[in-house]
Amino acid sequence: MNSSLSRRKFLKTSGALIVSFSAASLLDPLALAQGPFGTHMSHIDPSKLDSWLAVGADGMVTAYTGKCDFGQGMYTVQTQLVAEELRVPLSRVRLIQCDTSVTPDEGTTSGSQSTPINFNTGGLAQAAATAREALLDMASRRLRVPVTDLAISDGVISTRAGKRVTYAQLIGGNRFNLALNPAAKRTQPSQWTVLGKPVPSMDIRELATGRFEFVHNLHVPGMAHGRVVRPPALGCVVLNVDESSVRGLPGLLKVVVRKNFVGLVSEKQWQAEQAARQLKVNWGPPVVLPAQQTFYDYIRQQPSRDVLVVDSQDTEQKLAASPTVLRATYSYPYQMHGSIGASCAVADVRAEKATVWSPTQSVYPTRSGVAKLLDIPLDNVRVIFTRGAGCYGLNGADTVSYDAALLSHAVGRPVRVQLTRKDEMAWGENYGQACVIDQRAALDSHGSIAAWECESWAASFGGRPGYDHPGNVITGLLVGFEPEPLVPQRSSQPTGELRNGHNLVPSYLTGCISGKCGGAGKIRSERVLAHTVKSPFFTGPLRSPLRLQNTFAHECFMDELSARAKVDPIAFRLRHLSETRIIDVLKAAGQAAKWDPRPSPQPNNSRTGTATGRGVACVAYEGDNGYVALIAEAEVDQVTGRVQVRRLVAAVDCGPISNPAGLRNQIEGGALQGMSRALTEEVTWNDHEITSTNWATYRSLPLGIEVPVIETVLLNRPGAEANGAGELSITAVAAAIGNAVFDATGARLRQVPFTPVRVKAALDARSAA
Amino acid sequence: MSAILIKVNGRIHTVDVDPATPLLYVLGDELGLRGPKFGCGLGQCGSCTVLMDGRATRSCITPVSAVGQSEIITLEGLGTPEKPHPIQQAFIDEQAAQCGFCLSGVMLTAKAFLDHNPQASSAQIEHAFEHVLCRCFVHARMMRAIERYAQTRRV
Repeated sequence: MNSSLSRRKFLKTSGALIVSFSAASLLDPLALAQGPFGTHMSHIDPSKLDSWLAVGADGMVTAYTGKCDFGQGMYTVQTQLVAEELRVPLSRVRLIQCDTSVTPDEGTTSGSQSTPINFNTGGLAQAAATAREALLDMASRRLRVPVTDLAISDGVISTRAGKRVTYAQLIGGNRFNLALNPAAKRTQPSQWTVLGKPVPSMDIRELATGRFEFVHNLHVPGMAHGRVVRPPALGCVVLNVDESSVRGLPGLLKVVVRKNFVGLVSEKQWQAEQAARQLKVNWGPPVVLPAQQTFYDYIRQQPSRDVLVVDSQDTEQKLAASPTVLRATYSYPYQMHGSIGASCAVADVRAEKATVWSPTQSVYPTRSGVAKLLDIPLDNVRVIFTRGAGCYGLNGADTVSYDAALLSHAVGRPVRVQLTRKDEMAWGENYGQACVIDQRAALDSHGSIAAWECESWAASFGGRPGYDHPGNVITGLLVGFEPEPLVPQRSSQPTGELRNGHNLVPSYLTGCISGKCGGAGKIRSERVLAHTVKSPFFTGPLRSPLRLQNTFAHECFMDELSARAKVDPIAFRLRHLSETRIIDVLKAAGQAAKWDPRPSPQPNNSRTGTATGRGVACVAYEGDNGYVALIAEAEVDQVTGRVQVRRLVAAVDCGPISNPAGLRNQIEGGALQGMSRALTEEVTWNDHEITSTNWATYRSLPLGIEVPVIETVLLNRPGAEANGAGELSITAVAAAIGNAVFDATGARLRQVPFTPVRVKAALDARSAA
Repeated sequence: MSAILIKVNGRIHTVDVDPATPLLYVLGDELGLRGPKFGCGLGQCGSCTVLMDGRATRSCITPVSAVGQSEIITLEGLGTPEKPHPIQQAFIDEQAAQCGFCLSGVMLTAKAFLDHNPQASSAQIEHAFEHVLCRCFVHARMMRAIERYAQTRRV
């Protein structure tokens, strides 16, 4: 089926979209389950307006976006964007998200890039602005009045004399046949009436009443149920599968083995679950894993791929000449996305054509991966984003989509695959990277930082599959695809512009390369070296990947330096910053928290009983993609080592604010998710296998905690570019809490998570010192 | 397989399943209900919660045969998008969701607990949520919504 035909049909036949409308019947009923499929790699040309927007005969504006909503609010805010640019009410916009047969390829919805890409002068924003100007041109010709004398309201264009024409009359049901116009003017924030306003989440009513359709809820006619049987330990390969162990089980359709991938399909879910438990597989021996106890030493010893991010080549000399040199090592564990729902996907593979309903962040790359896995043409695969549980990055969504495709392909029927909790935690997701970070800096005789060196080792394996590497996630590896290799390589001297996308460079450095300075700070003597080593476990982008780990190390070390200099931590930071936007959020957070300027630790606290303190951290996210300062107030029980966070104050600047309501929700959630990661979350393993495989062994702070008071200060910057916002608060919170514990007790925490045992050890080390 | 009668959201259904089948799979796969979700399958997170005779019950670890004559209410059985139940309205008013996957656990645990303990203190409410997870960490808003519902129960 030709994709433009299906889009036209959709425009003409679909009624008002409600968010919970079944994804299985979203498009033409004839196309249900199978197709429409693409005709070539990029059959939806992003340079054409019709790829992004259409006005139906009923005047409804349909927008097609490659950035989808997992709960972070992209559905609502993109609807606002289209409504704003087209001057129609929100109810007149329907948004179609991430479907390879109807939406443009915008890669992956991740990395705080949705707002930068779709809310500046490209993508969906530019399409909507182009459409508005095109409609004005059409109206000008039809009404014989210059564009400057026309006004738009509510999808109606009118002249001063009262002549009117509606969008539907101008173009309803027809194509624009125009290219995206890079010169089309975005509506200025000062003129906004829909964007910039606190619009409530458009799906919450459906969610709260149990009507919203997640991928877990999807029913495709004729659907069977699949389960996977993962290896018992890392490195195990399939020796043989004893199918007789499940022969005759009710409802069992097929046992599927492909290299080390084992799965089965049954009529009902419960039947599949029981069969998966009963299936006997002979596995080869596991590999021996590096001991968790000494893992941070282990990763320092591994061959590495090195990047020298910045090097002024004078740090050694400055450090040697300075009266005070501080060193500290910080370590950060593997952590999980830990989605509340174990991942699920549905696939329908018949006659060499595949439709996959997937919670993936990357529909086009997943389409490519499925085509490779099934060895069928790319054009024969369609991937439809269907929301899963909040993912926060590369959870099990991609791998379970592969699982579903493999199992459906084997039985020639639609198959729904539900991972178990253990599948998800031990064999489903790609963990957030573990790393160890060495810091070294010198204070000059005035108590300012004279030089700063940072060297880090991060463990990495696999990652996002992208278009070419299905082996970057578990299922791809099990069927025989290799993950992208990590090729050890020495670093050369940095060239070009500063690249600080991983926040390897502390905000306080000038970040100068050949005289061009891209940093947010003033410290000129600087050296940052990053090593990537091979991880024994799959890793991938977990909300604020490496930005959080690095910021934890930088912001705690900055606190150590300010304490040594005996200067207030905010004042000390301001002394070393040059970028206005980070300075402003830092000041705003201090003001909102009623920060009492004084050096840490709190001088009057007792070293016994309960002590309270406050800590601050700030960061220019990815160097220039949003700014945050966060202040934590915490209470430490010096007997048990328990840390209780009482208050979190976050000030953020992400450019012009598109939806303050959604933004606040993201900042609050990020702050508390970061608190859980800082206090309790850690992947654990023994000699052969992951041992944190459920919520009893991978601890997440439950709802039943004394929730800290959270305050958010939003700094609107209408003149700036739109930045990401979903990863701001989480990036700063671990450091802010660690610094608050130091302020309260004088004990420095350098390893996440801050479990009572570790806090107690730090408190004990304090008295020993 | 055997024919089992269960009363769900005010209607009696006959389902032909193995009696050991978890109630969650019957509600989702046989009856097409969307409220209860598979989170962990271990009764640890709460996503599969339903009300069984008014008590919050984890349907992923409850065999359908254990339901008997009890009445099951799922999230969609409480109210509709047009006419939400007060606990649902409280969550809508507080914008207390992100991905929303955990809401059966949060809202039905809250309803069951507060309906039986309308005078509960905030410490007691916290205690009731020791084994309920929200991984988007909408805790602050959710607790405000629960407090809002609690106030309607106290009058």
